[in-house]
Amino acid sequence: MTDLCKITLAKALEGLKAKEFSATELTKAHVSRMEDLSNLNAFITTTPELALQEAQKSDERIQKGEALPLDGIVIANKDLFCTQNVRTTAASKILENFIPPYESTVTQKLKDAGTISLGKLNLDEFAMGSSTLTSHFGSSVNPWRSKKFPDKKLFPGGSSGGSSAIVAAYGALGVTGTDTGGSIRQPASFCGIVGLKPTYGRCSRRGIVAFASSLDQAGPMARTVEDTAILLKVMAGFDPNDATSVNMPVPDYASVLKDGIKGKKIGIPKEYLVEGLDAEMDDFWKKGMKWLEENGAEIINISLPHTKYALPTYYILAPAEASSNLSRYDGVRYGSRVEGSSLDELYENSRSAGFGSEVKRRILIGTYVLSAGYYDAYYLKAQKLRSLISQDFTKAFEKVDMILTPTTPTAAFAIAIGEEPKDPVSMYLNDIFTVTTNLAGLPGISVPCGLSNDGLPLGLQLIGKPFGEEDLIRAGYVIEQAAGFTPLEFKEKY
Amino acid sequence: MKYIEGKTGPWEVVIGLEVHAQIISKAKLFSGADTSFGAEPNTQVSFVDAGFPGMLPVINTFCVTQAIKTGLALNAKINERSVFARKNYFYADLPSGYQISQFEHPIVGLGYLDIELENGETKRIGITRLHMEQDAGKSFHDQHPTKSYIDLNRAGVALMEIVSEPDLRSSEEVMAYLKKLRALLRCLETCDGNMEEGSMRADVNVSLRRPGEPFGTRAEIKNVNSIRFAGQAVEYEIARQMEILEEGGTIVQETRLFDSAKNETRSMRSKEHAQDYRYFTDPDLPPLILTKEEIEAVKASMPELPDSKKARFMSEYGLPSYDAELLSGEKENALFYESAVKSSTSKSTKLISNWMLGELFAVLNKMNLALKDSPISAENLAKLVDLITTDVISGKIAKDVLLIMAETSDDPEKIVEEKGLKQVTDTGAIEKIIDEVLSANPDKVTEYRSGKDKLFGFFIGQIMKVMSGKGNPGMINDILKKKLDA
Repeated sequence: MTDLCKITLAKALEGLKAKEFSATELTKAHVSRMEDLSNLNAFITTTPELALQEAQKSDERIQKGEALPLDGIVIANKDLFCTQNVRTTAASKILENFIPPYESTVTQKLKDAGTISLGKLNLDEFAMGSSTLTSHFGSSVNPWRSKKFPDKKLFPGGSSGGSSAIVAAYGALGVTGTDTGGSIRQPASFCGIVGLKPTYGRCSRRGIVAFASSLDQAGPMARTVEDTAILLKVMAGFDPNDATSVNMPVPDYASVLKDGIKGKKIGIPKEYLVEGLDAEMDDFWKKGMKWLEENGAEIINISLPHTKYALPTYYILAPAEASSNLSRYDGVRYGSRVEGSSLDELYENSRSAGFGSEVKRRILIGTYVLSAGYYDAYYLKAQKLRSLISQDFTKAFEKVDMILTPTTPTAAFAIAIGEEPKDPVSMYLNDIFTVTTNLAGLPGISVPCGLSNDGLPLGLQLIGKPFGEEDLIRAGYVIEQAAGFTPLEFKEKY
Repeated sequence: MKYIEGKTGPWEVVIGLEVHAQIISKAKLFSGADTSFGAEPNTQVSFVDAGFPGMLPVINTFCVTQAIKTGLALNAKINERSVFARKNYFYADLPSGYQISQFEHPIVGLGYLDIELENGETKRIGITRLHMEQDAGKSFHDQHPTKSYIDLNRAGVALMEIVSEPDLRSSEEVMAYLKKLRALLRCLETCDGNMEEGSMRADVNVSLRRPGEPFGTRAEIKNVNSIRFAGQAVEYEIARQMEILEEGGTIVQETRLFDSAKNETRSMRSKEHAQDYRYFTDPDLPPLILTKEEIEAVKASMPELPDSKKARFMSEYGLPSYDAELLSGEKENALFYESAVKSSTSKSTKLISNWMLGELFAVLNKMNLALKDSPISAENLAKLVDLITTDVISGKIAKDVLLIMAETSDDPEKIVEEKGLKQVTDTGAIEKIIDEVLSANPDKVTEYRSGKDKLFGFFIGQIMKVMSGKGNPGMINDILKKKLDA
C-alpha cells in the first residue's frame, strides 16, 4: 500500500484514470501513512473519515466516467485556509476552536476539482515565522536529518512548514501553502520539494486568514515541478469576492512543462551575493546558471539596487497590515474569549491569552509604525521603498525574462529544534531572497538543486514577470532535470 | 446679524458641519447584506460585516454612483482616483477593528451649496469634501445589568460624510444648510434624510473669534439627530463659549454631546484622550478609478435639482420666489404641484400654488398627514381650483368642498353636484334676492345712502345667507352696488 504514497501526483492521476488503483485505495494508503508520520507534527487537524467518504464519491464518479480534473488526488491544506465545518486555527490559540461556516475560494476550487483533503497542516501562528516554531500546536519536524547531527530534529522551515514536511515525507501528493515573505519557497527549499508563489492576484485570498493582505498569496507545494503546475491550474483564477484578484485566463501550466528555455534571458542580480551567503549555496547558484545556459538560455548580469532595503521594508509593511488585520480577533464574536470586567479588559485578556509572543511582537511593531508621529518615518518611507524595489524589477524585466537566485542564504535550516536563536532578527534574515518578490507582487518558484555537505536539501529560486508562471515552470523543470536531485529516502517513519 | 455683541465686544461665530448621510442602497457598501431599517437584530449581517477570518470587502458600485450623484449636486469636483483607508480602533460594534473610510483621497473634492436665509438673501457655503465610509453596528448598554448587546445590522452600511467649510455664522444658517442639504439628498434619492432614524446625522464644529482674528478653538458636537437640535446646540454652545471667553478663559478642544432633554451640550472626551486611528490604505481594496465617461453618464442621469427647479417654477409658472422655493424644496411638493398644474384646464398656476400651500397644507397639518398620504389627489385639487376659476363655486364654498374631499377623497365636481353647491350666476335670480333683502331692511338702506358705507358688508352677508353662500360674489357685488347707488 505504501507504494501508492511514493508516486507523484501526475503518476497518481494516470493510475486513477487507468483504474490501476482506486481513489479509496490511494486515500487509505495516505491515511495510514498519516498515522506513521504523526511524529512530524505536520497536521493540526486530521479528517481521515471525511477523506474516505470523499474518496468513495471520487470512485463513483470515476466509475461512471464522470471524473473531475483531479478526482481522487490526495492533498492537505495549510491551516490558514478556512474550511467549511472543519476547524481552522491559523496555528493560534485564539482560533483554537474556530469552525468556519464557509470554505476559502482556493480550497473550494480544489474540492470542485475532485481532490481529497487529509486535513489541516501546521504553520507558524498566523503564518508569522520561518520555522513553525511559533505554532500554538508545537513545531513540525523536517523529515530530513543532517549528517553532522543525525539525532537532532530540524525545523521544516515556515510558515508553510507542516505543508513542506508532509509532502517531503510522502504523506500527501501535493499541498497548499501561502507565501507572504517566502512562506512557500523557504520551507519547500528546506524540505527538498518544489514550491510556487504565484503573482499577487493570481489566486483568490478570500477565506485565507489574512496576515499581510498586500503580500499574501496562496500557492501549491509538491514533489515535482509538474505536480506543482497541475495544482496551480486548479487553484488559480479570478474571484469576484476578492477585489485584488486578477481577471485573466488561467493557462494549462503543466502543458508547457517541457517547452524548454531556448533563447530565454536569465538575470543574475549582483546584490543577491550577500554577506552570509553560504559558499555551498553560492556554488549551486553558479551550477544553476550553467544548467540554464546549457539548455539554451542566456545569462545576463543585472542590478536590483534597492535589494538591501527589502528586508526592513518588509518587516515594517507586513506587521503594519497584520496589526490591523488581527484586530478582529477580540473575543467578541468568535474565537477564544477571556472575560473581563470591562470591554477593554475583555480585549486585553482575550488577546493576551490568545496570541503567542511572535504575533504580539508583530502587532506591536505594526501598531508603532502606523502611529501618529512615526507613520511618515516608517510606514510611508517603507511604502516608497516598496515602489523603488518594484521599479528595480520592472527595469530588470526589460532586459531579462526571469531572475535566478538562491531561495535562502544558508544551506538548509541548520537550526535544531530547541536551539533556535533568541534574537528574532536572525530568523528574519532567512527571508532575505524571498521577500522582494512579495513586495513586487511577482511570481517565484523554489526548486531543489542538490544537497549540502551535511546532506540537507538546497533550493534555487526563479523569479518571473507578472503572470510569468509558465516561464517559471519551464525553467524550473530544466533545473529539476539537470540537478538530478535525490529526493528524501522513503522510510516508514522519520 | 453678522456679529454677536458680548459684554466685552463683538464676537463672530464660526461653524463647520460634518454630515453623515446613509446612502440609499439595497446592499451594504462592501457586502451583499440587506440594509432595510428595523429588521430583527443581527439578521442582516454577512461574514464580511461580522469580520470573519479571510472575508474580504468588495465595493458596491451602486453606492459609488450615489456618491458621485451627490457630489455633482454639490457642484463639486469628482476625483477620478480615490482610495479607501482603514481607520483603526477597537469597539464591540466594529467587528473588524477598523472602519473602511476614505482619508487622504476622497471621491468628491471641493464644491458648494447655496442656502436661502430668512431675509431673502442667498449665501454660498463651501463644501470641503465628500467621502464614502462604512457605518458601525449599534451597542445597547441598557438591556442587561452587566452586559452590552450588539446589533450588527447597521455594520457595513454605506455612508457619505459631507464636510463643509467653516462658512456658517449662526444657528439660522446651520439649520438652513441642513434643510437644504436634506432636500437635495432626498431629491437625488441618495439619502432618505430621516434624522430620527439616524440615516442623517450631523457633527457640528463651533468656535468664536473676534472679528478679523484667526479661528478660535472649536468644540465638536457629535451625532446631532435633528435640524432643530442642531440649532439649539449651536445656540447653547455660542452662549457657553462666549461666557468662558469673556471671563478670560480658554475653550478646550473636545467632543461634546447635545442633550435635547436638558437643551445643553456636555463634554464627551477631550483632545488629549483622542484616539490615534492609524489610518493607512486598505490593502484589500484597489484604488477606486472612475473614467470621465462614467462620471458623465451619472451626470446625464441626474434629476432636476431644487435650485434649478425653483428657477423654472418662477419662469414657467410665474410663481413668486416664496412659492417657488416652498414647492421646489421638497421633491413630493414639486411632484404634487406639477401634476396638479398638468391636469388643470384653467392652468391657474398661482391659484393652485395658493390652494396647495395654504388650504391643503393646513388640512393635512390638522390631520397630521404627509403630502404623500394626502386624501386629496393633485388632480382633484386642480379640479377644485378649476371650479373656482370657471365661477362654478366661490372660493368660500371651495373651502367647504376641500374639507369634504379631505374626508371622502371624492371628486370635487361630484361633491358640488351632489350637495347642490353650484354658484348662482343667474342675474335675475340674484336681483330678486337682493331686492328682497333691501326691502326687508329699509332703515339700513336709508342709513347706507346717508353715508354709512360700512353697511355694504352687512347687505352682502344677508344676501349670501339667503343664497346659502352659493351666489357669485362678483355679481352680487356689482348688482348690489348698482341698486344701492340708484
